[in-house]
Amino acid sequence: MNTEKTTLWDGGKSPFSVAWGKLYMWIFLLSDAFTFSSLLISYGVLRHKYAEVWPKASDVFGHFPFFGEQHIPLAYVGLMTFILILSSVTMVLAVEASHRKSKKEILIWLSLTIVGGFFFIGSQAWEWTHFIIGSEEGAIHLTKTPDNKFNGMIAHWANPEKTAILLPDGSPLTPQQSAPYIANAEEVTGANLEVNEYGPPMFGDYFFGVTGFHGFHVFSGIVINIIVLILVWNGAFNKKGNYGIIENIGLYWHFVDLVWVFVFTCFYLV
Amino acid sequence: METNQATHDDAHSHNVGPSARKRLWNVFWLLLVITLVEVGLAFTPLNKDLLIALFFGFTLVKAYYIVAYFMHLKTETKEMGWMLIGPFIFIIYFIILMLYQGVALHHDFFGF
Repeated sequence: MNTEKTTLWDGGKSPFSVAWGKLYMWIFLLSDAFTFSSLLISYGVLRHKYAEVWPKASDVFGHFPFFGEQHIPLAYVGLMTFILILSSVTMVLAVEASHRKSKKEILIWLSLTIVGGFFFIGSQAWEWTHFIIGSEEGAIHLTKTPDNKFNGMIAHWANPEKTAILLPDGSPLTPQQSAPYIANAEEVTGANLEVNEYGPPMFGDYFFGVTGFHGFHVFSGIVINIIVLILVWNGAFNKKGNYGIIENIGLYWHFVDLVWVFVFTCFYLV
Repeated sequence: METNQATHDDAHSHNVGPSARKRLWNVFWLLLVITLVEVGLAFTPLNKDLLIALFFGFTLVKAYYIVAYFMHLKTETKEMGWMLIGPFIFIIYFIILMLYQGVALHHDFFGF
């Protein structure tokens, strides 16, 4: 039976006036946004649980390439954020060029986006390396404490001779008071999934988990961008006269930028 | 299918051309300035709760500009916008629920 289709919802055309590929991408991004939201919300729960002993990001991430051990808090992550936002602009300019079917401009902007992406994951690898290696003095992991109050937690050294400690809640102890704590503790430097010198193990776990999951998204984005770059180069879309795929990968790339905006706030600022 | 393609291209005439490119760069500068302000605020001795509120406020502003201008949601149909934004009511509910949980866990752990 053939009936006249008069409204958007009668079939035959997209109810949202968009190509199906773009709608699919948006729905995928919505589900991905839920995944990231859940990760960040559970991070927030632990952040609240360990509020007093949670490390400050500006103390942990204060290194900058070529500046050695100098402490420049938040500068490098600020630069990473800048690079990712910039790569988002180059991506959206590639999308703009695709609407004008300008192959040359698409190639330029898409290549710059890929370069930005590599810069970002390279920076992330650098930051992870510093986090894993840790500081020179390290900290101690209290296994059994006199009053059992801080078992399993991290205490920092109060002096360079490593005879006195600051309890996890920040209160300083004299060397005499510190001795029973130090006797039942082990030294920790850097971070892994079981323990880290900065605070609760969950701090390291979530840092690796969430920034890693985000970094994996960036990496996938780079791979997809490279594939599309090659296809554009070969003129695959000239034949179809349709550059819709650039818009779809653009949406994915902006989403990765969007997630970073939230990760940056949750992990580095708050 | 031809009419479909026509409406599709029509919705994007705002997103093409010199003025569209200029707008995209303006959004970029805005995002950059907000990020710099955020990093600057992290070193001010403002009240912690006020800072957290400011950080999340700025984050939502940045998110709005990315979604509206970089992802062009502003020039899509309203129906599609609501379809994509609406479900976040569950996330808001989840945040409230889990913050409550976080405070309770803190109480269990520290005893205050």
